[in-house]
Amino acid sequence: MTVERKKWRDLPIGGVIITGGNAQVYLTGNWRTKKPVIDMKRCTNCMICWVYCPEGVILVKDGKITGIDLEHCKGCGICAVECPTKVIEMVKESKDE
Amino acid sequence: MTQTVTQKIMALNGAEAIAEAMRQINPDVVASYPITPQTIIVERFSEFVADGLVDTEFVAAESEHSALSASIGAAAAGGRSMTATSSQGFALMWEMLYIAAGMRLPIVMAVANRALSGPINIHCDHSDSMGGRDSGWIQLYSENVQEAYDNTIQAIKIGEHQNVRLPVMVCMDGFTTSHAVERIDVLDDNAVKKFVGEYHIDHPLLDVDQAVTYGPLALPEYYFEIKMQQIEAMTNAKPVIEQVSKAYGSISGRSYGLVEPYNMEKAELAIVILGSTAGTAKSLLDDLNDPRLGLLKIRTFRPFPTEEIAANLRKCKAVAVLDRAASFGSIGGPVFSEVRAALYDEPKRPQIVNYIYGLGGRDTTTDMLKTVYDDLDTVAKTGKPDPVQRFLGLRDD
Repeated sequence: MTVERKKWRDLPIGGVIITGGNAQVYLTGNWRTKKPVIDMKRCTNCMICWVYCPEGVILVKDGKITGIDLEHCKGCGICAVECPTKVIEMVKESKDE
Repeated sequence: MTQTVTQKIMALNGAEAIAEAMRQINPDVVASYPITPQTIIVERFSEFVADGLVDTEFVAAESEHSALSASIGAAAAGGRSMTATSSQGFALMWEMLYIAAGMRLPIVMAVANRALSGPINIHCDHSDSMGGRDSGWIQLYSENVQEAYDNTIQAIKIGEHQNVRLPVMVCMDGFTTSHAVERIDVLDDNAVKKFVGEYHIDHPLLDVDQAVTYGPLALPEYYFEIKMQQIEAMTNAKPVIEQVSKAYGSISGRSYGLVEPYNMEKAELAIVILGSTAGTAKSLLDDLNDPRLGLLKIRTFRPFPTEEIAANLRKCKAVAVLDRAASFGSIGGPVFSEVRAALYDEPKRPQIVNYIYGLGGRDTTTDMLKTVYDDLDTVAKTGKPDPVQRFLGLRDD
């Protein structure tokens, strides 16, 4: 993940954030050492992981879990712990990914 | 000088003069906590509030930490805010000093300089504000009551300038200036109102139509850039201080630069000093009437006027820098270290020595300053600055 960041002259002064809803553009995925991998065949779409995820990175479409937003997932592992059917595994990431 | 406005002669001490300037500035918020010798400033100002002479929201905070926190909140919200402190109160504000500067809020704070504990002492030295010299605040040091008044009004314009946006400390010597009544010229209320103008901030926290975040997390990817902006703002402050001084001179007839040379035209031996002792040195120089002896008063310690100091001292044979604060374990006091560094690039440097003086309110007399000039004469003749650090007015063997 490479991010183009503004130079010091172009940033608002004093560290003030002058727009709302910009947590989306701040990518926290590189904080992670392990990523959650869901076994989609066994997932029951109970949405427990979606409820517990502190970052809101469990992606859902039409009532079904479709994947994980890895640009923002910090790898906390709460989803894996809370999953009642134990279909989420925390997998160590390698450099070539 | 162009047309100046009508001024009133008043007999005020330094603290009352600053309170008077604050009344004329009429800030939106003043948050403070009393501490000797600053107390008179906010005490007098609270009377102005009670008498309905200002529109200010006065916050009697439970500590200096809270006082500066409230000032920060008020400034971020979109209001002009001022406060005052001394010594331990200054120390208690410590973490908030950096936050005010880091968030680029142009708060103006009067500092009645007082020694830090321990042992406890209520009298003047500069250990409080000198300790805060790297907190990102502009620092103006006042020689007398008139300057304390004039600097307070100018501080508003300096800090709020679009290219600066930094908090400003207006320092004066505790008791020596804060409690000494002097005859000063006070500007007309309307002239001050016009001079300081309206407070404007680009992104006020209370603008509900455009929500902003103050004080967010800035990790390694952003923190450095934000600090660079502060470094740049301090550089920008130098010409702004001079412009504001000029503009102030045009209404008051009193103009101050970053430094004030006194009898420096042909001076071979010079003393560098800030605060009220510069007045003592002027008095001595007037008595001695010797063109070989000069004084360089530093009015602006932050931003540090490196070029101006070098330009004034480069032709001297020997220089003594007087520090009213010790920097324990350093080569000398904070003023000395920086003045000495300012001369490093000079092809022909004067001999330079440091005197620690006046700690905890120890009196510094004209006779004592005379001994400094005598010492400088020896240093110039021998070409040896040893010892580099000396102590003026200390009981020694």
